[in-house]
Amino acid sequence: MIDIKNICKMYLVGDEEVRALDHATMHIDQGEFVSIIGPSGSGKSTLMNIIGCLDMADAGTYLLDGIPIEDYTETELAHIRNKKIGFVFQSFNLIAKLTAEENVELPLIYQGVKRAERKARVTEALKRVQLEKRAKHLPTELSGGQQQRVAIARAIVTRPSLILADEPTGNLDSHTSGEIMDIFHELHQQGNTIVLITHDDEVAMQASRIIRIRDGKLSDGVTDLGKQRSSMEVQS
Amino acid sequence: MIQTLKMAMKSISGNKMRSFLTMLGIIIGVMALVVLVSLVNGATSTVTDTVNSLGTDLLTVTVSDDYGNLVTLDTLQEWATEDGIGDIAPAETTSATVKYDSDSDTATVYGTTASYYDVEGLELSLGRFLKTTDVDNNNYVCVVSQSLAEDLVGYLDCLGEEISLDGMKFTIVGVLADDDSSLTSVLTSGTLAVYIPYTTLLRISDSISSDITTFYVSAAEDSDTDTAESVITSLLLERFEEDSDAFEVSNSNVLEDTMSSITSILTIMLGGIAGISLLVGGIGIMNIMLVSVTERTREIGIRKSIGASRGVILRQFLMEAVALCMMGCLIGIFISWVILKLASVVVSSLSMSFDMNGPVVLIAVVFCFIIGLIFGLYPANKAAKMKPIDALHYGG
Repeated sequence: MIDIKNICKMYLVGDEEVRALDHATMHIDQGEFVSIIGPSGSGKSTLMNIIGCLDMADAGTYLLDGIPIEDYTETELAHIRNKKIGFVFQSFNLIAKLTAEENVELPLIYQGVKRAERKARVTEALKRVQLEKRAKHLPTELSGGQQQRVAIARAIVTRPSLILADEPTGNLDSHTSGEIMDIFHELHQQGNTIVLITHDDEVAMQASRIIRIRDGKLSDGVTDLGKQRSSMEVQS
Repeated sequence: MIQTLKMAMKSISGNKMRSFLTMLGIIIGVMALVVLVSLVNGATSTVTDTVNSLGTDLLTVTVSDDYGNLVTLDTLQEWATEDGIGDIAPAETTSATVKYDSDSDTATVYGTTASYYDVEGLELSLGRFLKTTDVDNNNYVCVVSQSLAEDLVGYLDCLGEEISLDGMKFTIVGVLADDDSSLTSVLTSGTLAVYIPYTTLLRISDSISSDITTFYVSAAEDSDTDTAESVITSLLLERFEEDSDAFEVSNSNVLEDTMSSITSILTIMLGGIAGISLLVGGIGIMNIMLVSVTERTREIGIRKSIGASRGVILRQFLMEAVALCMMGCLIGIFISWVILKLASVVVSSLSMSFDMNGPVVLIAVVFCFIIGLIFGLYPANKAAKMKPIDALHYGG
């Protein structure tokens, strides 16, 4: 599903070169629920941008569904994002002028889906996040949790191969966070591949696998949470 | 496409005040263009109609080389029967000393025929004009201009009085009216003119030969000046061995030509000025679109992350600019229409009509479209070129 090998990414901060990703390698299978956890500045946002095809790596290879991403042009990447990836952001990133319904509809418009089918799929997606009654509301008229649910509906409406969530609970209180995480669990059970990026251990623990990132390096494939914890303690 | 248009309309209506102010530049530009050009056109057509009614549908033919083939009254009569030609009248002129009692003055003497009256569109105030029998019999009769009657004879009602031209006595049979509405008479108003039969002029004048060198041609009623001109030209060419330098046919609509060239210059100038204001409106649109792109950087990032390609973003912003322009254009045209209607009502006493000029409306629409495209392209391209991550993290 996701196959990342030896990815490097450098940034220039002032005159200084910062290595945000240093030969990162990981593999995520179809239907997995993986969290990527790391403190701020660890390179997890960079990783998420690369996984989400929003940015390109300087070196290394990235196969998404077997597609070598680095071979594609910007316009083709836009199509890949549109078809294969559903984004959920920390700050929801809904378009303020559009209603919940229209926000969810947008990726389908970009796909060129016919109107009748669009309407049906939007309703279905909103139903899955239990917001069908608030379809006509603007984001500003919704609570944070509701906005994030609209964002999730927007992410799943295209039936993407991968749902990529960047600190989806970062701006929410613990109760609402719980609700959002429940939705992710549900989506996972329905067979969706979910990659959740967070700095919050508690959130990360809910995934079936945790990948840690620190200083641009990944430690992949630790599924035993107890072991993970103890190794963390040793490190610190 | 329809989706893009919907999005554009949404974003325009989402910021009504700003959109309106932006459009205002275009509205005023279009209004200036349409109203000014339509007004000039309306005024022009009114004035042109007036000029046309002054009887300028007249051709003046001057023969400079007759190839030994004299043009006589008979020739003219023959030509006058051709299709497209109304009447032909000779117009040989000379000047002579005109005497009444002891007063004398210099007058222009026209040797012509009865048809001159219709061809020139003259009007009599008293008596009659020359008749064909006067020409046939070389009668010593004359028709004088109003000013000659008043200045030389002393009173208008001078029918039957005798004046002498270069010593030959002529009986006045008619007095022409000083007609201010006629262009030629305006130009010749106040001149002393005497009209005598062409044949009589031939007798009394040494300088005039029996060859007609100048004559007037009017178009037939069911025809126009252009047709008459081509008919007479071909007749003359045939007569003068296809030598187009042997004669000259001039359309006396010189004034009309001058007028139309003046007004077309005026139209182009006013249109140009209005065009500049449209251009300024376009710059306003570009300005607002740039602000809008910056403001909506985050929105662009979101759209890109959920799959909008460069082209989609470009089209969206371009469509917004064009839609703004076109809306401004339509509003401008509507306001122009109202203004022109009002103007027509206000000046209805002048019998001028200000109709919306079709071509200029079309030009305005096309121009607005192009302005929207050109001035929308830079901001739209700026939006399209944004990198999704940079745009997403902008301002938060």
